[in-house]
Amino acid sequence: MSGHDEHSGEHDDAAPGDEHAGGSGFGAIQVYLLGLLLAVGLTVASFWVAGSNAVWGPGIPAALLALAVAQIGVHLVFFLHITSGPENTNNTLALAFGVMIVLLVVVGSVWIMAHLNHNMMPLPMDKLIQMQH
Amino acid sequence: MSKDPSPSDVAAVYLQHGPYGRGHDPHGHGHIEARGHGAGGPAPKRVIVGYGFWIFLLSDIVMFSGFFAAYAVLAHATAGGPTGRQLFDLDRVAIETACLLASSFTCGLGYVAATRRRQIETQFWMLVTGLLGLVFVVLEVLEFYEMIQKGAGPDRSAFLSAFFALVGCHGLHVTVGGLWLGTMMAQIWFKGFRPEIMRRLLCFNLFWHALDIIWVALFTIVYLLGAGA
Repeated sequence: MSGHDEHSGEHDDAAPGDEHAGGSGFGAIQVYLLGLLLAVGLTVASFWVAGSNAVWGPGIPAALLALAVAQIGVHLVFFLHITSGPENTNNTLALAFGVMIVLLVVVGSVWIMAHLNHNMMPLPMDKLIQMQH
Repeated sequence: MSKDPSPSDVAAVYLQHGPYGRGHDPHGHGHIEARGHGAGGPAPKRVIVGYGFWIFLLSDIVMFSGFFAAYAVLAHATAGGPTGRQLFDLDRVAIETACLLASSFTCGLGYVAATRRRQIETQFWMLVTGLLGLVFVVLEVLEFYEMIQKGAGPDRSAFLSAFFALVGCHGLHVTVGGLWLGTMMAQIWFKGFRPEIMRRLLCFNLFWHALDIIWVALFTIVYLLGAGA
């Protein structure tokens, strides 16, 4: 495959977005096509779960988050070509650090603010709104 | 040779192999293997450029995480105003999602065509990418316009402030990406597939795919969870 020949030389690091260095048997376009199929499937599943009653109500947010994480993984592997191979160590480590910061910011904010709301407001939100009217 | 290398020897090694010296050469046969683990000297420029741009993208995603955190905290602070369930039109969001996903795919096809040095094919796929991105931005601007017309602008409630900040920031990224796309098409057309142009195209591809990743988080957390919950 032409892309592979260009990228391999005496250096075998890979930039993000490089095609797979290992001989996976797929051409570049097939990799994008497979990624597109998986992403479309996961997107359709997300919209279907949100709009139907097939999933137990309280389980819908968990199902949607799981589908989103799966789709982000598909995008990373098939579109951005971030893999677990040795030539991708630097890219994967940077990604792991980014994910850690994102989780700290989002989960930390939600966690702290939920506790703050719990401690600061003896009344539930809807009662408070009724009182204002 | 037992004496220390003279400064000119050091300089010669530096010029030939970069600041990290001869690198990993266990058998002394002159084969240098760079594995990106600090030994073997600097990696090729396109790997360094791609890695640097990957770091930028991750920092951009960290910036978005702040907007996501603000939205998650303020999603129920509607101040008696309209909620997401009343405002969001999931059909339009589905079309937006389809546009962005398809544009991510055509963007990848354009890059593959560029690595094969096919000018017309590259320009065609990049044009399709740009048009799909334009449809996305137009749909989003329409959504914002209708919401503001209904009195549900960013000044209505903390929920809507966070919504417009988060979704608007993503839309701004797509708009800037579209301008970058047009620039890249012109550069490829007039300057050809030169190495530095190919590096810029690699960075543009990474940027466009990263925008799609942010949109996946966005349509799940803002629209699907907001319209259902």
